[in-house]
Amino acid sequence: MSDVIRLGAAELGAAIKAGEVSSVEATTAYLDRIEKVDGDIGAFLHVGREAALEQARAVDAKRAQGTEQGPLAGVPIAHKDVFTTQDMPTTAASKILEGWQPPYDATVTARLREAGMIILGKTNMDEFAMGSSTENSAYQVTRNPWDTTRIPGGSSGGSSAAVAAFEAPLATGTDTGGSIRQPAAVCGLVGAKPTYGGSSRYGMIAFASSLDTAGPFARNVLDAALLHEAFSGHDPRDSTSIDAAVPPVVEAARSGDVEGLTVGVVKELDNDGFQPGVRQRFRETVELLESMGAKVVEVSCPSFDAALSAYYLIAPSEASSNLARFDAMRYGLRVGDDGTRSAEEVMSLTRAQGFGPEVKRRIMLGTYALSSGYYDAFYGSAQQVRTLIKRDFEAAFEKVDVLVSPTTPTTAFPLGERAEDPMAMYLADLCTIPSNLAGNASLSVPCGLAPEDGLPVGFQIMAPPLADDRTYRVAAAVERALTDRDGSLIARSPYAVA
Amino acid sequence: MTAITRDEVAHLARLSRLALDEGELETLAAQLGDILTAVAKVQEVAQGDIPPSSHALPLTNVYRPDEARNGLTPEQALAGAPAVEDQRFRVPRILGEEE
Repeated sequence: MSDVIRLGAAELGAAIKAGEVSSVEATTAYLDRIEKVDGDIGAFLHVGREAALEQARAVDAKRAQGTEQGPLAGVPIAHKDVFTTQDMPTTAASKILEGWQPPYDATVTARLREAGMIILGKTNMDEFAMGSSTENSAYQVTRNPWDTTRIPGGSSGGSSAAVAAFEAPLATGTDTGGSIRQPAAVCGLVGAKPTYGGSSRYGMIAFASSLDTAGPFARNVLDAALLHEAFSGHDPRDSTSIDAAVPPVVEAARSGDVEGLTVGVVKELDNDGFQPGVRQRFRETVELLESMGAKVVEVSCPSFDAALSAYYLIAPSEASSNLARFDAMRYGLRVGDDGTRSAEEVMSLTRAQGFGPEVKRRIMLGTYALSSGYYDAFYGSAQQVRTLIKRDFEAAFEKVDVLVSPTTPTTAFPLGERAEDPMAMYLADLCTIPSNLAGNASLSVPCGLAPEDGLPVGFQIMAPPLADDRTYRVAAAVERALTDRDGSLIARSPYAVA
Repeated sequence: MTAITRDEVAHLARLSRLALDEGELETLAAQLGDILTAVAKVQEVAQGDIPPSSHALPLTNVYRPDEARNGLTPEQALAGAPAVEDQRFRVPRILGEEE
């Protein structure tokens, strides 16, 4: 069993293709692993044992018939509970959707199935993807496998914890302000936010539609690229989906050649407030890239200082509108329908009971920012800042091929530490938010452990829209150099299967 | 400093269709004030002549051919409904007594 689980997704896919291991064997090994460790970790909201084994048998049968299948056919995956799945409940970790079984699959779900991937179950998250610690889940706490007293990041914390605890070789996530890159960074994983519109939002429960982007989690760069490629690409069902070829991310992940590449270090995304060990590992990694032939320059993006503020107006504004669909009428929870109350009263009672504190806070904040009298000062100004941030990126990418920064200001913080302080929690997304506002490609790759606490540090790589391959190219260089020097980082996790 | 009163919060809660209790109104008044004070930074940076961006990509409306295709069956569409009657969503009363 441990032999199968130790393998990366690409290796496992190859072993299944070669007939060295069956998908049923691999799926069973992972389901048993989940049974063994998920009591400690709490990554999964739902495990679909029977559905998974049925899919695995189908992949094995196709192989026996000689049908040509993709590189990830038969490989298990953990799926964030924000994507609709016809054969499993979908809740977005909210009580308002408890027990809801969607009547259709998200495009990302459908593409995983078309690739022959085995969906093990649905992972925990911050309710409606609002948060940076997964503590806003209405159902359960998820723990960081590196230190179970700490957060796994968020909002895709169930996905990051599942992959870091070797409960799945791959996972899906969504990134609206950093919800893939931040959990990947604090769990020692590779996590990518594709170019906005590069992956479909159809069937992805909406938080902030102009920012939401589906992306991959993996234990190495190549695996992340294979998953990225498997579910990305144009979808006619999403009107913001880009009608262009998927960038050559797999080729870039195999290459890792940074000779002659210009790397810009963003001045505004590294300051005295950051944890010293995070800054140290970041600077060492920049030097490493320089030693591999990259040219390093410092770049200033002055508007990034206002990115966090703009984000916490734009995202809640869009959320207040998107979450209006939870009206207690067509699906989900309904409270207080006793025959005496009006639809509006039932709606208000249901939403008050069905939404958690952070979701209510953001709906209220968004309603305020969009209300007449405040619209120009808040939402309008935030949209202008968004323009300035895009201009900063455009100016920077005229001079450099990629921009880099630490992914997060600190390593994983203790569970509970920021739960009562919304502004402190929001700071976790400081470095990741600019790429959501501008829509460009961005990825986090592990760059070592912080000396003071022994926890993983993430290195963020940002590239222009549709140049996602550059982020994988640089990430592959970092991964290869660090693995050659120190061995595999994830293998040092207490929950690693060696 | 952006201060928000309890009554303003109660008004926002009505607009948001959230039946919040007294404790939540008090807590949110303080928290929203803090958050708005912090994010008011956008007003220092934004200036009149900068066009707003609502979106990351310069996309215009995208249309697909207007052709008939199968959607959900009534049974599928109603499967998650809190209450169903005669193959329809049953909802609480929508009109007030006086209407």
